[in-house]
Amino acid sequence: MSAISSSNRRDFLKKCLTGAAVLGAGGRMELLRAAEQEAPLTKSKVVIARDPMLRGTGATVDSHRMLTLLDRSLQALFDRDNPTETWKKLVRPGDTVGLKVNTLGGRGLSSNVQLVEAICERLQEAGIKASDIVVWDRDSDEMEHVGFHVSTGGNRMQCFGTDRVDYEQELVTHGSVGSRLSKILTQRCNVLINVPVLKDHDGAGVTIALKNMYGVIHNPNKYHPNGCNPYIADLNMLPEIRTRMRLTICDATTACFEGGPGYKPEYSWKNNALIVSQDPVALDYTGWQIIERKRAEKGLKTLEGDKRAPNYIATAADAQHRLGINDPRKIAVVEV
Amino acid sequence: MTSVGAAKVRGMLLVMVAVALILNVSCKRQSRTEASFFPASNEVAGWAMAGDMRTFEAADLWKYIDGDAERYLKAGVQRVSTADYKFQNKVDATVDIYIMASAEGAEKIFQSEPAVNGKPIQLGDGARLSSQSLVFRKAAYLVQIVAFEESAETQQALLQLGRGIESRLVSR
Repeated sequence: MSAISSSNRRDFLKKCLTGAAVLGAGGRMELLRAAEQEAPLTKSKVVIARDPMLRGTGATVDSHRMLTLLDRSLQALFDRDNPTETWKKLVRPGDTVGLKVNTLGGRGLSSNVQLVEAICERLQEAGIKASDIVVWDRDSDEMEHVGFHVSTGGNRMQCFGTDRVDYEQELVTHGSVGSRLSKILTQRCNVLINVPVLKDHDGAGVTIALKNMYGVIHNPNKYHPNGCNPYIADLNMLPEIRTRMRLTICDATTACFEGGPGYKPEYSWKNNALIVSQDPVALDYTGWQIIERKRAEKGLKTLEGDKRAPNYIATAADAQHRLGINDPRKIAVVEV
Repeated sequence: MTSVGAAKVRGMLLVMVAVALILNVSCKRQSRTEASFFPASNEVAGWAMAGDMRTFEAADLWKYIDGDAERYLKAGVQRVSTADYKFQNKVDATVDIYIMASAEGAEKIFQSEPAVNGKPIQLGDGARLSSQSLVFRKAAYLVQIVAFEESAETQQALLQLGRGIESRLVSR
């Protein structure tokens, strides 16, 4: 499949013609202004890959099927036939790659160990040394509690929380946010792969890709008023985060439609899916819609009706942030 | 420094040490009380405690349930104690006991969660049981038990553990 669909090509030509007319009429400044006001020329692609047999007949995710599901999702995202080639588009030997997992929800609703192992396997096949991969979150104990084995040093993959290395002393700021960043982010990785979980969130409405960055800073508890808006968007604007972020692989194998972000089995469902995108805003918008559909199926109010619509997603897409696209007409959702 | 000044400083230091000691004793007493709410291994048939009890005060609640803490703070949570359990070495579970400032606070949290996939049962002042979880409130306590595996025995086992805890909750 082409990255730009035929309708987008038409849009592109139309915008070029519009641009030419504007240039002819009013000169370069008008063209730049018009270009700034226009939406991006290509759609943001979000892939949802499902495997109803991901757990076989048991409750645990099957590692082999997870690897296959991961390959399928990324090959669809990047239009590639070969998984290694896919990863070579994202990373190159010498990169130090951080996988920011989400273990706050505890057992039952955290990034799957099998998913992280599958990502690490493919990263190494793409030429990343094991010791250049760090799987991390804010707290080592929380990571161990959900099944990760903490490991530091040597030639193995690294796996630990910020508690082991602390946060930077210096405060970094953007808009409403002033925080100290995890030294794992600033000193241990030049590439960031976000591995969040698809969850309802009592304050923010949903917590998926953008909100997972709360686990990168020392003071996330300060940023929950007003549905975390505009804090989430401002946080994701920090250059230390934005320049490193390459990809989001959302673990939607078990998802939560109410009562999040902690695990409550009665409000969770076995969704057996991964959602991947390079646009965290488009991914969050898509994930939000999945949660809304599940809420409707269960007879619950919409998040808007519950007075907790995730308005931070629109903020992340606005002209001050431009972190991605939240307009469904400009998001290409591909289900495989 | 004059001898009067030095005496004043010594006096202030003594008061501070005394306050710290009182707070420390008070915390330890609270911690002991809450530990008694958690049944020891096999006090409830088939259930064994796995690991130590942990307690998070209201100010640190976000470290345990970041994102959900505000809801509990608004309802007057004072602290939460949590411990892991295993049932017959097959089912893992986590027990959270929230200590609220009042029974109204516990009810507020209980009522704020829709009864999707859960059925009301008789336990404490109000309870809901689902295939993998039990939530109940009693006076100013809100108890949540979550099992991580679903089996034919899980629901009944959760109920037994819940009853074991409910009988240990003391009025404050």
